[in-house]
Amino acid sequence: MVTLTAPETLTPAAAQQIAVVDSFSVDLNDSPVRDLNQALHNAIDGQVWTVANPGGKHSLAVGIDADISVTIKGHAGYYAAGMHQKGEVTITGNAGVGLAENIMSGKVHVRGDTSQSAAATGHGGLVVIDGNAGARCGISMKGVDIVVGGNIGHMSAFMAQAGRLVVCGDAGDALGDSIYEARIYVKGTVASLGADCIEKPMEAEHLEELEGLLTAAGRTDNPADFKRYGSARNLYHFSVHNSASY
Amino acid sequence: MCGIAALQLRNPSLHPQMGSLLSSMMCQIVDRGPDSAGLAVYDTPGLVSEGTSTLSLLGKSQRLPLGEIAASLENLLSPSAAPDVRVVGDTTLVSAAVGTDLLVKAVRETLPDSTITGRGEHVAVMKSVGHPMDIAAEHGLEDMAGSQGLSHTRMATESAVTAGGSHPFSVADDLCLVHNGSFSNHATIRRELKREGVVFDSDNDTEVGARYIASRLQQGDDLETALTNLGKVFDGFYTLVVTTADSMAVVRDPIACKPAIIAETDDYVAMASEYRALASLPGIETARIFEPEPGKVYTWSL
Repeated sequence: MVTLTAPETLTPAAAQQIAVVDSFSVDLNDSPVRDLNQALHNAIDGQVWTVANPGGKHSLAVGIDADISVTIKGHAGYYAAGMHQKGEVTITGNAGVGLAENIMSGKVHVRGDTSQSAAATGHGGLVVIDGNAGARCGISMKGVDIVVGGNIGHMSAFMAQAGRLVVCGDAGDALGDSIYEARIYVKGTVASLGADCIEKPMEAEHLEELEGLLTAAGRTDNPADFKRYGSARNLYHFSVHNSASY
Repeated sequence: MCGIAALQLRNPSLHPQMGSLLSSMMCQIVDRGPDSAGLAVYDTPGLVSEGTSTLSLLGKSQRLPLGEIAASLENLLSPSAAPDVRVVGDTTLVSAAVGTDLLVKAVRETLPDSTITGRGEHVAVMKSVGHPMDIAAEHGLEDMAGSQGLSHTRMATESAVTAGGSHPFSVADDLCLVHNGSFSNHATIRRELKREGVVFDSDNDTEVGARYIASRLQQGDDLETALTNLGKVFDGFYTLVVTTADSMAVVRDPIACKPAIIAETDDYVAMASEYRALASLPGIETARIFEPEPGKVYTWSL
């Protein structure tokens, strides 16, 4: 069972009556991850949750569907905050493979580094990584916004379809390989661009969009220092003449 | 999948805790590979000693009683070699005050059916089939002291679940290799190495990697160069950890599908497949934690 500072079986109505500041804490040295996730699924809008001693455990705070604020104090393992729907998850340490995989909306913030496939297949919402992200960041992104304070690894934004990826450091090899319509902004160097990904001019609308994303991520970088990358739109449909380009 | 946990202790005052620390790391990677497991420990009192060679043999039963094995070795070597044979968990350890080559020869003559899974002056290699923590307990890992330790939990893909197919592979003095991943061109490289006279113990793809590194080291490569050369020759997915008498190396393939994370403090370097294996190490809160870059060779020396 989850050890809580308040009873866990409150009905939403009862909880609202007693809750001025609804704050709960869970220590994963005492409670299994499954119980934590169940308690978070039972949570109601406005609650504040703190998770202690994550110890790199997998699948922490996944599938959150209420407007709550969850802080994981330490390092999370694989698939933290996966399928995130509402509210905000903050991880004060690092996160493992597949952070915020398939995020739909809401916000996920990692203060440290993340491993590979961060925000993979994300449909919406905002993922902020203060440190570095590993390979395949934003792979197959479908509308999520990602802001990385440091560097990203190779094959990031592979087959990206929609959304924005902002990188304040450098990008690894094959950035945006086989990209469709996502927009990528990189402040540092790009080791290489993937198939059908090209640099594009920064227009006023892009500077404005980038400014908004940086502000949302709590960053003060100057949008004018970034370059924009996106799809050359040559590989949308398979053509045998392009076979050497894939 | 497979799980890896490796530990190099820079601070000698931590040496008595080597086994308990490695055991706590290994416990967190069991579900990455529950088929079988292996351990390599360096400079563990009671298992190896300075000035003598130690061979690790697969299995606790070698068909001959221990006393007869010792008598035969003494006969083949010399009484001054003072051969010693003992069983630790599911492993038979044979030691004598002669070079490893001589001891290998004498053991092969005495026990022609035995499989030598470890050799050297510093290392003992223990592997078996079953739950990794049972294997660790059976060998008494928790109480082992040492300078370095390496553990592997295997989820078999390229060859059968056997003790001989579990990792580490130790094919040259004090050299050990563990692997998470699979080599796709191992059969080709195996044929090439066989033509050069290299003899294999198993059908395992990782053994080919270990034999290749041993062959490169013999040709004069240092560990870092040998691993760089491996990257040019081997195709497939891999996170590798290699240990020698006084060093440890980590390398991932350039695509970096297989995980790895490293924690470094003044007292130790620890590598594991996942952070949760590092979470209980002393001083982890202030350790430098990073994922090794794809295709880059990292080495640390004691």
